[in-house]
Amino acid sequence: MDQQTIFLTILGMMAVTYVPRALPLLAMAQRTLPEAVIRWLGFIPVAVLSAMLLPSLVATEKGVDFSAENIFLWAAIPTFLVCWKTKSFVGAIVTGMGCVALGRLFLA
Amino acid sequence: MNCATLSSTSRAESPLVSAFRQTLPIILGYVPVGFAYGVLAQKSGLSGINTILMSLLVFAGSAQLIAVGLFAAGAAPLAIVATTFVVNLRHLLMSAALAPFLRSWNKTRLAFFSYQLTDETFALHAGRFAKGETAPCETFGINVIAQSAWVGGTVLGLAASTLITDIRPIGLDYALPAMFIALLLGQLKSRQHLAVAVIAGVLSTILMLAGLQQSHVLAATIIAATIGLGVHAWTSKRSS
Repeated sequence: MDQQTIFLTILGMMAVTYVPRALPLLAMAQRTLPEAVIRWLGFIPVAVLSAMLLPSLVATEKGVDFSAENIFLWAAIPTFLVCWKTKSFVGAIVTGMGCVALGRLFLA
Repeated sequence: MNCATLSSTSRAESPLVSAFRQTLPIILGYVPVGFAYGVLAQKSGLSGINTILMSLLVFAGSAQLIAVGLFAAGAAPLAIVATTFVVNLRHLLMSAALAPFLRSWNKTRLAFFSYQLTDETFALHAGRFAKGETAPCETFGINVIAQSAWVGGTVLGLAASTLITDIRPIGLDYALPAMFIALLLGQLKSRQHLAVAVIAGVLSTILMLAGLQQSHVLAATIIAATIGLGVHAWTSKRSS
């Protein structure tokens, strides 16, 4: 594919990414929403974060993987504990990355 | 309007310092993933300019990584755009979830804010806005710093694409899952929220394994939040 076609594809990607990001904010921010809608929207952050996170932890190319080789899953435990106990975002991320790096070093 | 006049009096630090401190986990997540994207884009036949333009114009981590894979596989432009649409449709829900907090903002501000709404900036703002922290200067500071980290990581990846082929030995590919764990923990405000999180995660995994590769996140989120609403309505009816 030539670079001009790639650029036009990127512009298309930009449009289809921006519209869903902007539409609800522009359409809903200035009006009062029913209580049920606000409560439903209040569940969206936990739901979407968990829906993105859990498959990346428990599923590998083999499907659901609870074996010792699934480093992503086991590294989540110290990451969770460090974040819970210290309330430190950076600490949690450094712990997670460190555990994955060590796990690969010893399992490889 | 400049930043100094908007600085909050409750905190000693300036809004930009505060924005940087809050964005630090996102920076740690974005630089390595942006780096990986830069390396992959280069290997998929995108020019340097197009690689950077995608990070500037689209600014969507997972969609960009999927897109370079599709470019490398020789997919049609329309298929790449359609896939991007489905992958990023979840932002519709995030945008809707933040809308109630930004009633005082005008359309122009909202239009700019939407442009940099990603999974990570959303998770950060959802926590901030719930605490009443909607100061535009700090909010836009966070977004601009986050995208700078993304574009910066992309540029580094481009520059290093001939040197580095594997980011796995240092665990850089775990930066985003680790950040999601931290952000999720901060959002578990009640037992109902915990239940919704468990349902969403399990459902998303099942749907993905069932073959719903692009829309499992969206479907699981909608179903889990709706179940949460139903459970809330049921328990509050019983207790009243």
